[in-house]
Order: sequence, then structure tokens, then C-alpha cells
Amino acid sequence: MKTGKGTRTGQYLALLAYLVFLAFPFLWLISTAFKPASELASLHPTWIPKDPTLANFRQAFDEQPLLRAALNSLLAALGAAVIAVLIATPMAYVMARHRTLPAKAATGWVVVSQAFPFVLVIIPLFLVLKNLRLINSLPGLTMVYVVWALPFALWMLVGYVRAVPAELEEAAAVDGAGRMRTLVSITAPLLVPGIVATALFTFISAWNEFFFALVLLKTPEKQTLPVVLTHFIGAEGAADLGPLAAAAFLATLPSLVIFAIIQKRITGGMLAGAVKS
Amino acid sequence: MTLATATRRSVKQAPGRGGDRRPVDHGAWFLVLPALIPILVLSVGPLLYGIALAFTDSQSGRTAATQWIGVLNFQDLLHDTLFWDSFRIGLLWAVGVTVPQFVLALGLALLLNQELRFRWLARALAIVPWAMPEVVVGMMWRLVYNPDAGILNETLRDLGLGDGRDWLSGLGTALPAVIVVGVWAGMPQTTVALLAGLQNTPRELHEAAAMDGAGAWRRFLTVTWPALRPVALAITALNFIWNFNSFALVYVLTNGGPGGRTRLPMLFAYEEAFRYGQFGYAAAMGCVMVAVISVILAVYLVGRLRGDENA
Repeated sequence: MKTGKGTRTGQYLALLAYLVFLAFPFLWLISTAFKPASELASLHPTWIPKDPTLANFRQAFDEQPLLRAALNSLLAALGAAVIAVLIATPMAYVMARHRTLPAKAATGWVVVSQAFPFVLVIIPLFLVLKNLRLINSLPGLTMVYVVWALPFALWMLVGYVRAVPAELEEAAAVDGAGRMRTLVSITAPLLVPGIVATALFTFISAWNEFFFALVLLKTPEKQTLPVVLTHFIGAEGAADLGPLAAAAFLATLPSLVIFAIIQKRITGGMLAGAVKS
Repeated sequence: MTLATATRRSVKQAPGRGGDRRPVDHGAWFLVLPALIPILVLSVGPLLYGIALAFTDSQSGRTAATQWIGVLNFQDLLHDTLFWDSFRIGLLWAVGVTVPQFVLALGLALLLNQELRFRWLARALAIVPWAMPEVVVGMMWRLVYNPDAGILNETLRDLGLGDGRDWLSGLGTALPAVIVVGVWAGMPQTTVALLAGLQNTPRELHEAAAMDGAGAWRRFLTVTWPALRPVALAITALNFIWNFNSFALVYVLTNGGPGGRTRLPMLFAYEEAFRYGQFGYAAAMGCVMVAVISVILAVYLVGRLRGDENA
């Protein structure tokens, strides 16, 4: 396609504007995290710390139980990812391959569940979990995360199952392989990359989740990372900027790394879900 | 037995995708149950229970039994000006975020669809807000908006555009300031979805239109937009709902302040339920939120689908 020279310049300028808009808050966060207190107090903040320091990181760990919180987040997110994928994969398989009532109902639920405000679900859940003595407990939170993450996990997995040609399974069936055998030896191996991507995406969602954790976890030693991070913002909104930036930066790193790895696959899963259903 | 015969068989048996015509398979239930039970117990059940709670005087920490009070909560809500203020703010916020988000994301998606250098960098950066915890996004923008140590005011000072201000605490600036953050945070999903839609538009059509002498704008209207429409429709509707129901971002940025100017409905309902213990009343708020969103979306979707027929 032909593109005029003027158009190209305009395109690059627009791209530059986007790059600045997308990048500058994040660069500012990193810059703030490495600034010594003296530089933060100055009325004319610098872009790049003149005298970079790790003191903010040390102070962040001193002020809040960050390691404990990260461990809690890790346990809840890992549990949610593993359980969600284990129970969602068979269901996604049925949704992709059959048009039976449960499959249709599940598809409808996946769409509808995007619409309700969580407050309508969390109040009854709070009452139920309280009766089960699962308030302020990581297993309780993990259970909530599993169900909360299921719609998108199903959405992604259905796309991956559909990408496996049904003809392969039928060929195996004609060859005399039973249903389970077909699933385990033909379909499952082809689904592994998609299942891993779905698990990682569920992990990040749970690692980042805030609302349920805020409501369900009461004591600091049980709280997850996002909840503990908010403690850096004082009651009056005043905050110790350096440690706040340092802790926020650290909390993002795992998600960024995982996201970089699975980015293409999520796009693919979203695509499959959005275009084909 | 070869793959080819199997394919031929399956074509004969199942004209639709992957076997519509198969007999009902009772084995399917065993595959569905592990997910279905938690969904029913922890999602559908609580949702129905939540709707029922809206008709009760349920409160946390009370020893007396919960009473059925009919529509009393809804009557109270009708007269609760604070709730309707927050509802109005929620709608302003949802529209204020969704519309610019769509326009900006469409522009970025169109750019990323071109053969430009450095687009890998933009692609990578466009993903960053998606991977960040909302709490971190909020804290990060607090640093940007900080009246003294923030980069925004410093840039304005450098450009000679005044002394800067305390954006998140100003009665007039707080809502626009959080809307900018909302737009930033939601850009990736929208961009990725639109980019995916763009990559589905047939290239040959583009080239044919270009040969016929159609300009860029004309090509966009006649080739790109019709192909993009279903994706655009879906992502806009979802963004609107997600934005209307959002919580963490604004909780961290302003916690609803100053003077309730950024108190989104979810923040209001959260406070009502978990600070004041008014479970029944908060559940009624949730019901009203769902009802209004459903009506708005139905009107929007019907309108857009009609537009499709006329087009």
C-alpha cells in the first residue's frame, strides 16, 4: 500500500505521543523508587535520580510485612490458578465440542457474570464464608478467586479447544480408542500450551486482585500484597513516597515478567473467544 | 484408517462446528460437574442470595434475626440523594473513560497495524498497564499527580503553565484526573481487541479499494469499520460495564474524595456494607446497579444492531 511521506511523519508523531502517554507514569514510578529522601523533598523533582539509592526498598520492607504479603499472594494465586484450570479444562472441552444444555447454560453464565457488580456477590459470600469460618483465611480467598477467575479461564480454554481439529478425535475414535483415551492421548497434549497460558493469566489476575482480598482478609499477617500496599498510603492520604514507589514497583515485577511471556497467547485466546462465539 | 476418511465422515455427520448433531452425551456431565458445582455454590447461589438480601434488613454484627422488609430498602434508596449522586458520578466516569479509551485505542491499534519502526516498543508498552495490579496503577498515578514531587506539576512549571495544583484534592479536578487514569489503565485490553479485529479485515479488500482510488478515510469507513464493528461493539459494551463497576483504582487514588466527587457506586456500596454493616441496603444498591446497567446496555445494543441492519 502506498503511503505519503507526510502521512508517515504524522504516524510517527502519533506513535511518539502514545509512547510518552503509556510510558511516563511507569518511568516516574521507577525513578521515584530509586530517589533518596532529600531529592524527593526538593520542590523541583528530577526525572533521573542524581544519587540513586536502595534505601526506599529497605525502608519499605521495614515498614510493612511485604515478604509475608507476597507469600500470601503467591499461595492464593497459585492455588486459584491450579484449581481453576483443573476444573475449567473439562468443562471448556464440553462447551467447545457439544451444544448440550449445560454447555449452553455455561456460555450464558460466562457472558452474564461479566455484568454484576461484585458487591452483590461479596455480601452473601461474606456471610457464607463467615459461617464456614473461612473469613480471614487464604483457603477462603482462594475459593473465591477460583470462581471469580472461571469465566475468563473458560473463555480462553474454549478457544484453545476449538483450535484442535475435531477430526483428530474422530479419527482416533474410529480407530477404536475410547473417549477418555482420545482425550488423554490426543487432545490433552495439544491443549497443554493453552492450559499453561490460562493458568498463568489466572495467576496474574489473582495476584493483582484487590476488592475480595480487602473485604475478606482482616489481619495484616493474612493480607495479600495489594492490600498491604495500600497501607503505604496514610489515613489522611499522606504517604512516604519513596517506600511507596519501591513497594509498588516490586509488586508489579512478577506480573510483568509472566505477562511478557504469555502476552501473545492471551491475545490469541481473547481473539478466539471474541470472534468465534 | 486415515485422517482423510475421518474428515469426510465428520463432514457428513456434522455440518456445524465440531458435532452439533451428536446424540446427547451423558458422559459430558462428568466433565462439567467439577466446574459447575463451585459455580453454582459460590457464584450463582450468592448472586440469588444477594438479590434476596436486598429485601431484608440484614446487618452485620447484629444478634437479632434478619427480617424480610419487602421493598423498603428500594424506597429508601429512591430518597438517598448521596446514592444518586454516586450513581451520576458512576455514569459520568463510565462514559468519560469508555469513550476516550475507545478513540485512543482505535488510533493506537490502527498505528500498530501499520509497518512502522518501533511499533514493537509501543506494543510492549501498551501491555504494561494490563499487567499491573490496579492498586499499583493508582499508587503510581498518585506519584504523578503529587502536588510537590509529581512529574505533572513539574512539567507544567517547566513549561511556564502556572504553579500546578493538587489535582486529586481539587473539587473540580478530581474526577477528570481519575478519568485520565481510568483511560490509561484500560487502554491495553481495548487496543489488543481492536488490533485483533483489524487483523481480521481482508487485506485484498483494502488493496482493491486503494486501487479504486479510495482515500485513507474512505477506506476506513467502507472496509475497515464494517469488519471491525462486531469487536468494537463487544469491547465498548464490556468496557462500559467494567468501568461502571470499578473499585480499586479510585479507592487508591481518592477513596471517593474530595467531598464525594469521585465516589463511584461500588465505593458507596462497599462503605455501606463493610464500614456501616448495612448488608441489606448495600445489596439493594447492587440490584439497582445491575438493573440500570442492563437497561442501558440493552438500549445500546439494540440501537447498534439496528444500525448494522440499516448499513
